[in-house]
Amino acid sequence: MPYTKRRRLVTSAVAVALGATALAACGSESGDSETESGPVSLTYWTWTPGMDKVVDLWNKGPGKKDQITVTVKKQASGDTLITKILTAHKAGKAPDLVQAEYQALPTLVSNDALADISKNVGDAKDRFADGVWQQTTLGTDAVYAVPQDIGPMMFYYREDLFKEYGLTVPTTWEEFAETARKLKKAAPDKDLTTFSANDSGLFAGLAQQAGAKWWTTSGDQWKVAIDDAATQKVAKFWGGLVKEGAIDNQPMYTPSWNKALNTGKQIAWVSAVWAPGTLTTAAPATKGKWAMAPLPQWSASENSTGSWGGSSTAVTTDSKHQEAAAKFASWLNTDRDALNALAKESGIYPAAKNAQTSGAFLKPPAYFSNQADFYSKAADIAETTAPSAWGPNVNVAYTTFKDAFGAAAKNKSDFGAALEEMQDDTVADMKKQGFEVAE
Amino acid sequence: MKSTAHRQSYGVKGAPYAFLVPATILFALFFALPIGYAIWLSLRKVKVSGLGLGSGARREVWAGLENYTDALTDSELVNGALRVLGYGCIVVPVMLGLALLFALMLDSEKVRLAPFTRLAIFLPYAIPGVVAALLWGFLYLPDVSPFYFVLDKLGLPQPDLLDGGPLYLALSNIAVWGGTGFNMIVIYTSLQAIPAEVYEAAKLDGATPVQIALRIKIPMVAPSLVLTFFFSIIATLQVFSEPTTLKPLTNSVSTTWSPLMNVHRDAFGEGDIYGAAAQAVIIAFVTLLLSFGFLRAANRRQKQEAAR
Repeated sequence: MPYTKRRRLVTSAVAVALGATALAACGSESGDSETESGPVSLTYWTWTPGMDKVVDLWNKGPGKKDQITVTVKKQASGDTLITKILTAHKAGKAPDLVQAEYQALPTLVSNDALADISKNVGDAKDRFADGVWQQTTLGTDAVYAVPQDIGPMMFYYREDLFKEYGLTVPTTWEEFAETARKLKKAAPDKDLTTFSANDSGLFAGLAQQAGAKWWTTSGDQWKVAIDDAATQKVAKFWGGLVKEGAIDNQPMYTPSWNKALNTGKQIAWVSAVWAPGTLTTAAPATKGKWAMAPLPQWSASENSTGSWGGSSTAVTTDSKHQEAAAKFASWLNTDRDALNALAKESGIYPAAKNAQTSGAFLKPPAYFSNQADFYSKAADIAETTAPSAWGPNVNVAYTTFKDAFGAAAKNKSDFGAALEEMQDDTVADMKKQGFEVAE
Repeated sequence: MKSTAHRQSYGVKGAPYAFLVPATILFALFFALPIGYAIWLSLRKVKVSGLGLGSGARREVWAGLENYTDALTDSELVNGALRVLGYGCIVVPVMLGLALLFALMLDSEKVRLAPFTRLAIFLPYAIPGVVAALLWGFLYLPDVSPFYFVLDKLGLPQPDLLDGGPLYLALSNIAVWGGTGFNMIVIYTSLQAIPAEVYEAAKLDGATPVQIALRIKIPMVAPSLVLTFFFSIIATLQVFSEPTTLKPLTNSVSTTWSPLMNVHRDAFGEGDIYGAAAQAVIIAFVTLLLSFGFLRAANRRQKQEAAR
């Protein structure tokens, strides 16, 4: 999510008294009945900016007809919201609707916080790519959320500087490494990009592209394969580049990084479809000088990408009006007007396939006005997203990543060892909690 | 008559308890209860069965002292404590030394612009810790810092302040910058309370200003020094916002840099509130032990000196 990223330095969380989420007295308590009668009011926790305006469309349109009123409670994004939802759920007072990143869904489901809404939103399935939809079912018959936005990964580069240094756009990771070395030779004070140990999601996306499946189940057992061959390949690749000094090792989303992008000290960025938003604020001086290309591949014959970010709308088990809430979640993420408003007010890249090349996405983002086919290209890339496999303690894996890879990046030491640490800590945590884990 | 007397004596007997009730209720509700709940949580854990998906797969069970043994054998918690110890060894002496020096200077007779200087030194204390850490963080980052710009122009070496040993100095600097003013005011206030005739007597005996400072002023403000030292120890053990704010800027600050960051990571990053509660209880206990241990030692010394 661009918003996750941009707001990370804002440490203040939006405090919402738990009491405020207690449902206003409603006419009907019949959550399971076929049709609900009487007015229903729902609370929705989301961090998407401008969501209140999109919800207004619902409240004035279809919501008014069905007497379902939705109230937005703006949240801080990311991991802390999961903790907040789980805490509220423990008290039986989670809101009716929550925004959740895909990798957080297993954690929420394993805490029994999300309701199965397959009965209400089942027919929305064909609006989304299979890989996206599968993340909301966790491979079961249940459906725990409706996809909202996705973050297919792409390669961004400074078109002008690539030309200046005689670089070509890498199509494989091997070429990517060569490009980094070539640039270092031509301009020793510049870097192609940096390896950021702060961004677990970026690393997870790169591993996903390489074909990693970090969490899988067989029978009643989880299998954790964070240090599988695919991920080892990714870790060693980036570790090698950091060690030989071909790329920088400092984190992204710092004032330094912004400046490096803005002044051309770093001339490329492995990112996702939401990058134009970040670049607009981080590197305003280089508007129109960037171009987007598909992510480099591990072999020339492959064509796949990973995802970085993306979120869904879920209904909680605490909601007394799950059917009404599911109706809203489905409208929000499949209705044409809603998707147009989400693109316009919130700048999200929709998960719904048909919305990716219509409405707001007919024109390229202003920052990329030089690349007219930005969004049609993006939609093609999104099609190639590799399947992802999330487990119930992604949060633990992510925090271990930050510490283990942070130290490895700093010391320019073995990334493979850092990856093993990530695997060991994740498995140890699952075992401690009592999950059945296959060795 | 008899009944009135009885009622009166009953009323008098009950009065202290009646006065105590509000304080007791507040203490119980907002102090004893949360602490009790934290201790209760620290003795529990979550037990997942099978894949842990679906309802009823996750139960809260009794853990005994398991969370405590985990915390005490967690090398990161111990390392964090050592890091904070190193940090405290820089912060406390430098901050209190400067505070004492500034207070003595402000208290000397020849000082000019005292009110302005006092305010200028105190002002950083009014800046919230997170803002101060952000402000200094920007100044520490080579690419955006004006200091590095000047060093670069002068051709001087540019140390990396966000790595290794210098990181401790960088973090300490934020705490010293923010805390000196407050401690200075505490010491300065008690300097002002020393009666003027003491100085007069000293001067008549031929004492120089430096001698007055060392032999009279410092011993007489010893209680304030003890107090500021006590506060500083507690603040150091609880260091959290500065390293947390600097964390996104560098690879050198881990999510477990200080013990409290470890607690925060376990509770809010990894969702293990039980383990986090156990760590919090241990940290509170150690803080209590250290700070009261110091207070007792200081008091005993004072009593001994008074007896002499």
